[in-house]
Amino acid sequence: MTEVDMVYICELRNVSKRFHTINNETKAIDDISFKVKKGEIVSIVGPSGSGKSTVLSLIAGLEKPSEGEVIVNTDSIGFMFQKDQLYEWRNVYKNCLLGLEVKKMDNEENKIKVKRMLEKYGLTNFKNHYPSQLSGGMRQRAALVRTLAIEPELLLLDEPFSALDYQTRLSIGDEVGTILRNEKISTILVTHDIPEAVSISDRVIVFTERPAKIKKEYEIKFEECPGERTPMKCRNTLAFGEYFRNIWRDLDVGKEV
Amino acid sequence: MWEKKFEPVANISEEHKEYLKLINREKNFIRIAQILIFVFGIIFWEVAARKNLIDTFLTSSPGAILGLIMKLVDDGSLFKHLFISTMETIGGFFAGTVGGLLIAIILWWFRKLAKVMDPYIVILNSLPKTALAPIIILWVGMGYSGIIATAASISIVVTTMTLYTGFSNVEKDKIILLKTMGANKFQILKKVIIPANIPNILSVIKVNIGLSWIGVIVGEFLVSKAGIGYLILYGSQTFKLDLVMMGVFVLGVIAAIMYVFSSWLEKKIIKY
Repeated sequence: MTEVDMVYICELRNVSKRFHTINNETKAIDDISFKVKKGEIVSIVGPSGSGKSTVLSLIAGLEKPSEGEVIVNTDSIGFMFQKDQLYEWRNVYKNCLLGLEVKKMDNEENKIKVKRMLEKYGLTNFKNHYPSQLSGGMRQRAALVRTLAIEPELLLLDEPFSALDYQTRLSIGDEVGTILRNEKISTILVTHDIPEAVSISDRVIVFTERPAKIKKEYEIKFEECPGERTPMKCRNTLAFGEYFRNIWRDLDVGKEV
Repeated sequence: MWEKKFEPVANISEEHKEYLKLINREKNFIRIAQILIFVFGIIFWEVAARKNLIDTFLTSSPGAILGLIMKLVDDGSLFKHLFISTMETIGGFFAGTVGGLLIAIILWWFRKLAKVMDPYIVILNSLPKTALAPIIILWVGMGYSGIIATAASISIVVTTMTLYTGFSNVEKDKIILLKTMGANKFQILKKVIIPANIPNILSVIKVNIGLSWIGVIVGEFLVSKAGIGYLILYGSQTFKLDLVMMGVFVLGVIAAIMYVFSSWLEKKIIKY
């Protein structure tokens, strides 16, 4: 392994992606390059339909780039979607074992680990419940346990909180952000929610409209945030507002107003 | 059909008790009305037959049917015919359902094959399968095997189509989730495609039980020397309407039993 491989979990080099239909060809992303360090939390924000999710599909290996290179230095990837995608025919515990079953790692030791995680995330009493019996927040937490159970080295989050109501969204975002930071899990978060991106990440990458290029990158640092950095604390700092205003301006959302 | 009564739990308000009472009252009303329709229907039929208001040569009568059932139960022939028809139905049902399921899996596995076969399956499905029965019986044999094949042929195409559509409609992200975990095609089939389609499979089972009976009766009309279909055909050819009506009555009882069984199966399997 070269030194680069040791530091970076994932790298995109001049990646473009076009989608083809019979009548049309759409360029989703255009010449994008970025790297993600191990343990780093990176957010991608951009206008809707700008190809943010495409980047995740490329990294997960679900799509091949039209041009350029996608380098991922792990084969252990966790993916979370906008909807929790819990399997309604499996109870919470069985849902959380899904990844381990697929990887044939569902041994006693790992099962105990999953049970401990369920306890940690307040789901022990709902272990035998079916997804339809849980609230939106609990479902997303169960989806997180399912994702983390395989101990992914790279976590890809595709607007994972956007289906939740506002308050649940804030509190789950806070919880998940804190967990990711404490466990030092490399993460790429795709979102259109600027405050969410700023409060959770070490770095925010802003995409242009389709075909997406990188418009700007922000290193997010909160010096005024004493002790453990949690998304909720970050939201209360002056720097937070500053980042928000800058990114908002980059996105050009309200330019006609 | 057989739900439990709503029993009040501890510490509930008077208003809630009233609410439960109303619900139970409505349930009771419906159940009693259902029973009364049956009872009065039978009584009317019997009285009309005895008073010669209807021609019992054409309609038979409940008393005569019951008498015939008793007689055939006594000499054991009813159970013989019933047993043969039931076995044929079970055979046709399993062949049609399992066969359809396997074909649906193959089509799901090989998408291109599914696209190639599409027009043939659509046409086979819209074809009245009973029209094929004489051909199938000639091909497979004039006995039980031909009847079972007829029964299977009626359910297999619609099973294939329903399940293949169900397989294709499984939410894409549910499959992508497994792919990101590194699942192979067989794991995708086993962990998401089949379990997501259990409700579909159960409803196919319900429909196929009925379809298999159609196949068996048609098959027995054509070739058999035993079975409920044979009794009905024999009865109509010899103008023994008692026998025909009895055959239909027995089929009705079996249909009710199978309905209860499939509802029970559904509750047993689908817990979510």
